[in-house]
Amino acid sequence: MKHLLAGAALALMSLTGGVAIAEDYPERPIMMMVSYGAGGATDFQARIVTMTAGNEDALGMPIAIINKPGAGGRVGWNWFATQAEADGYTLGAYNIPHFIAQSIKGGVEYSADSFEPIANWGADPAVFVVGKDSPMNSMEDVVNYAKENPGKLTFSGAGLFVGHHIAALQLEKAAGVKMAYIPTKGGGAAAMKAVIAGDVMGGVNNLSDAFRAQEAGNVKILGVFDLERNEFLPDVPTLKEQGFDIDNASVNFRGVMVPKGTPQEVIDKLAAAVPEMFKNSRVAGKMKAGGSPMHIMTREEVQAMWAARQETLKELLAGL
Amino acid sequence: MEFLYYFGDVFTPISFGLLLLGTIGGLILGATPGLSPTMAVALLIPFTFHLAPVQGLILLGAAYTSTVAGGAVSAILLKIPGAPANIATTLDGHTMAKQGKGAQALQLSFLASAVGGVIGVLLLIFLTPVLAQWALAFGPSHLFWLAILGVTVIGSLDSASVVKGLLSGCIGLWLATIGFDDIMGAQRFIFHPALGGGINIIAALIGLFAIPQVLTMFAKGRSATNAEVIEVEKHSIMDAVRELLRRPKALTIGTITGSVIGLIPGVGGQIAGLVAYDQTKKFSSEREKFGKGHSEGVIAAESANNAMVGPSLVPLLTLSIPGSPTAAVLLGGLLIHGIFPGTDLFDNHPDVAWTFINSMLIGQILMCIFGLYVAGLAARVAQVPQSVMAAVVLGLAVFGSYSVQSSMGDVYVMATLGVMMYFLERFGFSAAPLVLGLILGPIAEANFIQGSMIAGATDGMASYFLTGTLNIVLIAIVVASIAYSVWMELRSRRYTSKEEIMG
Repeated sequence: MKHLLAGAALALMSLTGGVAIAEDYPERPIMMMVSYGAGGATDFQARIVTMTAGNEDALGMPIAIINKPGAGGRVGWNWFATQAEADGYTLGAYNIPHFIAQSIKGGVEYSADSFEPIANWGADPAVFVVGKDSPMNSMEDVVNYAKENPGKLTFSGAGLFVGHHIAALQLEKAAGVKMAYIPTKGGGAAAMKAVIAGDVMGGVNNLSDAFRAQEAGNVKILGVFDLERNEFLPDVPTLKEQGFDIDNASVNFRGVMVPKGTPQEVIDKLAAAVPEMFKNSRVAGKMKAGGSPMHIMTREEVQAMWAARQETLKELLAGL
Repeated sequence: MEFLYYFGDVFTPISFGLLLLGTIGGLILGATPGLSPTMAVALLIPFTFHLAPVQGLILLGAAYTSTVAGGAVSAILLKIPGAPANIATTLDGHTMAKQGKGAQALQLSFLASAVGGVIGVLLLIFLTPVLAQWALAFGPSHLFWLAILGVTVIGSLDSASVVKGLLSGCIGLWLATIGFDDIMGAQRFIFHPALGGGINIIAALIGLFAIPQVLTMFAKGRSATNAEVIEVEKHSIMDAVRELLRRPKALTIGTITGSVIGLIPGVGGQIAGLVAYDQTKKFSSEREKFGKGHSEGVIAAESANNAMVGPSLVPLLTLSIPGSPTAAVLLGGLLIHGIFPGTDLFDNHPDVAWTFINSMLIGQILMCIFGLYVAGLAARVAQVPQSVMAAVVLGLAVFGSYSVQSSMGDVYVMATLGVMMYFLERFGFSAAPLVLGLILGPIAEANFIQGSMIAGATDGMASYFLTGTLNIVLIAIVVASIAYSVWMELRSRRYTSKEEIMG
């Protein structure tokens, strides 16, 4: 009996002494929470970039994706901030500017301080699209129309306080015009459908989806909301080139984070291993095939990017 | 006729093996409560990483087809609709199973699924360019009127009285407002953290349909006298085919409604079965038998929900816009192999496109064969003692609602709604109109808000919502549907009062 008790106590100690075993981390499969539904762009990319996690040169343990969709990502991130265990076995996918914009708007239980970034894998800029038969051929045409018809130029995007909405606000501010932003329910696909069907006159959408729609001959892409032209669309000028003072605050950055309170050793280990995992050539090949632009950033770079976004968005959303 | 050229590709050993795997696996996944077709397909995507594009798509296509049909199994035997598409199947299907006619109900549902499904895929093959234009024709104002048309169905659906049906519908509409509003980001009625994302439709379905039944079974189990033993009738497949052929009206209405509604992005699959069921009931000469185990109800619902599979892929394959959640998942499956749906798909990868479509066609038939094969065995579920059955269904209900998004919150929602529905049912309310309200509420609301924002920026509300051919046609159907319900209600009242006088 004594032996049994001693054995149980020992087992208990080894269980609770989790922090000390950071060298052995990870010992079991890891879970990654995606706050959007299965099949969405974030889920799809998360599955690709984590598919080599089980390799010996990466983490040595597979990463399983778990979806907690709802309310534009708020459900998943609320869960991640308040209920996820900070033991390194629960990772989360982040979308910038979404969760920062939502936390500035309020009504959620997280902010940029609730999470610790690990690494960034992708950056999907927003673009401005119009239907293929639209008379508008440049952003200048769009802004001129908006100037002549204040508040009458309808354009779609995937909801409020997401990258598309930020891009729309930036455009209105930089061009000094009033336009009618129509948020759609059902993500970028519904917003794109509205443009192609002519329900609205234009729209802000993801570069990857717009690229496909342009290839299919359904839309024209007039400008990219980013600092530089994109390799997928070398002929489309940025908004800045067209004379509007717009930076990359609306670019949809996707990456991996852990909850605050995760042991520092575990964070360090992940921050070293995860960017290398993203660099795997199989991952890059699948991402390119899917038309998903990759943009690998380390933990330090992401921390700087989060802080910069926090500032810009606070200013931009102050009037709302 | 290009598709015939690629039929050979489906019958290579590996492709056909995957087709069989997808079909059988899909039937099992579909029959598991909580695993909707969307989830089943999403679960399979990682497996396609290691396959050639054609093979991966064969697996996904077959799985999509058969999960939709597989959902009918749990709907008929356990009264748990696996997905919104199968709600209407429970109304008559489960009643048939309780009468010992489960085998017949399952056979009819698989046959009707196959007929509807094959026609749906044929529409996809031959009319894709025309249908693509039709799918685009529906803007926010039209979708709003379409949702309102669905609301008018509520009153006449599976209720003793129109008033109680409408009240159930209102409860559903209210429940649909819970959570963060997706467009404005406002919080509504979130009195528990589990409700932040709103009420998940799958969890609600399981609770509303399965839990009242579990409670009833437990209640019955207490009185030994009610320990009834159901004789499961044997039913030959030929008889089922004959029965199907005797009901061409239900089959036609089901298939047409399913194909037309399935095409419309964002609405389709969820309500196709219910609208088809309601229309068939209105046009049937044996209207009063609906809801009491009538074969037409099963045929209409199941032919509609499988007819929707083919057309629901039209916007994805031609315009690269996923029209339904499942189509969005399939888009991921295509992209991962570097294939962009749209003109690129048919011009540069015709082998992939047509083999995928062909596999759905053959998948429909394989699904029917396997379904018929197991129908007789599966129907014996009705003979399981009630006490055991109640425990099993309760277990499945918890498992199913948890698995939707791995959240205990959904289990609480399922249990709460289920207990509420148990008491409501005792007062003559029914679950189907409530669920319809829950589905249609967000569609009507989102499209009304979007429409009014567009209208506000352009010509004004009245001209945006009330003019245009499609708007007027839809409004006319709404008015006709309401008038019909009122007329039926008045007529049935007159009959009852006459009988009362006679009595």
